[in-house]
Amino acid sequence: MNLLTKKLSKTDLIGVVVLSAIILVFFPSVFSIFRLNLIGKYLTYAFVGVSLVLLWGNGGILSLGQGVFFGLGGYCMAMFLKLEASDPIATKIQTTPGIPDFMDWNQITKLPLFWMPFKSLTFTILAILVIPAFFAFIIGVAMFKRRVGGVYFAIITQAVALILSVLIVGQQGLTGGINGITDLKTMHGWDIRSDSAKYILYYVNGTLLIGCVVFTRWVLSTKFGMLLLALREKEDRVRFSGYDVANFKTLAFCMSAVMCAIGGAMFTLQVGFMSPSFVGITPSIEMVIYTAVGGRMSVVGAVFGTLLVNFAKTFFSEEYPDLWLFLMGATFIGVVLLFPDGLAGLYERFGRPFVARMLRRSPSSRKKDEPTVAVAAALESGGKHG
Amino acid sequence: MASHEMLTIQGLGVSFDGFKAVDDLNFIVDRNELRVVIGPNGAGKTTLLDLICGKTKSTSGSIMFKTMDLTQMKEHAIVRAGVGRKFQTPSIYENLTVSENLEVSFPRGRTAFGALFFRRTADVAERVKNVAEEVMLNEKLDQQAALLSHGQKQWLEIGMLLMQDPELLMLDEPVAGMTVNEREQTAELLNRISKNRSVIVIEHDMEFVRKIAHKVTVLHQGKVIAEGSMDKVTADPRVIEVYLGH
Repeated sequence: MNLLTKKLSKTDLIGVVVLSAIILVFFPSVFSIFRLNLIGKYLTYAFVGVSLVLLWGNGGILSLGQGVFFGLGGYCMAMFLKLEASDPIATKIQTTPGIPDFMDWNQITKLPLFWMPFKSLTFTILAILVIPAFFAFIIGVAMFKRRVGGVYFAIITQAVALILSVLIVGQQGLTGGINGITDLKTMHGWDIRSDSAKYILYYVNGTLLIGCVVFTRWVLSTKFGMLLLALREKEDRVRFSGYDVANFKTLAFCMSAVMCAIGGAMFTLQVGFMSPSFVGITPSIEMVIYTAVGGRMSVVGAVFGTLLVNFAKTFFSEEYPDLWLFLMGATFIGVVLLFPDGLAGLYERFGRPFVARMLRRSPSSRKKDEPTVAVAAALESGGKHG
Repeated sequence: MASHEMLTIQGLGVSFDGFKAVDDLNFIVDRNELRVVIGPNGAGKTTLLDLICGKTKSTSGSIMFKTMDLTQMKEHAIVRAGVGRKFQTPSIYENLTVSENLEVSFPRGRTAFGALFFRRTADVAERVKNVAEEVMLNEKLDQQAALLSHGQKQWLEIGMLLMQDPELLMLDEPVAGMTVNEREQTAELLNRISKNRSVIVIEHDMEFVRKIAHKVTVLHQGKVIAEGSMDKVTADPRVIEVYLGH
């Protein structure tokens, strides 16, 4: 057992190191800032992918409303940036200078009360973390304590996503409506549109994402993670082993919400706007697809899945503007049919035996078979829930 | 109340859409007693266990476990009070290894945050080892639970309950689907583990019942129709009529 966990964390470490190298070294050295910024945008979706590995892959709780939390984080950040961009001098041609432009267009003459605290960056950062967690907590308690699960939970989260996006679109004067919050310029005076800012934001984003990956791996390695897996299989057995199942699900849901929100906030910073098209049903489902392509049990896989789908999306839409949606659809169908365990499943089948061979060659070339078999066996069984 | 009673059920009833699955049932289990409940299909045996462990809520009556009324408690609180229950089909976590299955059943780190910061200390490892030995799985610790034989899965689930050291252990058909050899071993196992706790077993295999039972209760249509020693119960004409056959 001890040997197994040690070997497991070793291969885990390799995965995280490879991922970090690709994100922090490889991409920046190969791509121009335009492409890099695009990759940074994709990586913000990967936060959602990682959150779904925790919630769906391991906990068996399928949320089709992760866009809600992505959006909440993104909107919190956008509100702060918008207020900074709407100083009285920049907006002096408005009827009411000093408020965001879309409010002025909607005949609003005073900054709404709930916008006030977003003048503070500290409050904004806290809000990005706390508001989605609180929202997830409310939904979680309401659903899980009543034992709503499975398909019903997925449908309800989808409904929440729809409600929130309709609400945002409907309250144009308060939220910017269908256009979202646009024209974001500076953060504490620092121009986020410049190339150097884009580089810095890319690295901050990448580091935060790797932080989330490591955090999720840690959670999954604890007893909490083991119980999530147990819950997915035999909920009653967990309940009748003395656990209040609803609390576990709620905590997992809150953690996943916070990760999505961080992704959303980084999206706003890197892309320079936030709109309801990242909140509703379609983006929420699309984000589930990233995870499915990556392999829903694998944290690192989810990041690669997100990148792959988005690369494909960009490639197809640039090369085949008329056909790209069909090509995307075909790709999804192909992945689901051929590799039901996603990229991570492919790696398990072909990559891991290769890595295992490499691993065993270097340290223990003298002592031959005995320890290598143990490593291979450990890798084999570790892969089941790696 | 005399302290040698572990479980006292009085006037217990539950009905599903007017069908009385358990009807005005009275039932007492003593400390250190191994009680077997038998009866024809649909007699309410499994429902009785469901009521005790809180899976089903009763419509009338009381279930006193020591001094606590279980009908007023949530499932996880009932478990924490000391009641363990094994399901009819082996209910284990197939994706986890045998030792992980036992470990997640260890009664510490039971809150969500507690589980996050649970450490696998020496006493946990010790307990996993001891219980695995008790349920004859000490050589399978690192094996994935899905790969165990049916009988071993049943033992593993019993082991998961033993991890919690319950004062009252309830087993629903523990030897169903087992080989003759495995039945023998299970009978010995049950005799061992009932030394310092009360056990309720539901079983159909009369030969097995004879090996383990201190007392036997016969249920029929949600009511107790006979109770006492194995010999007394099997000689009861009503029991022969509804269950054992002529």
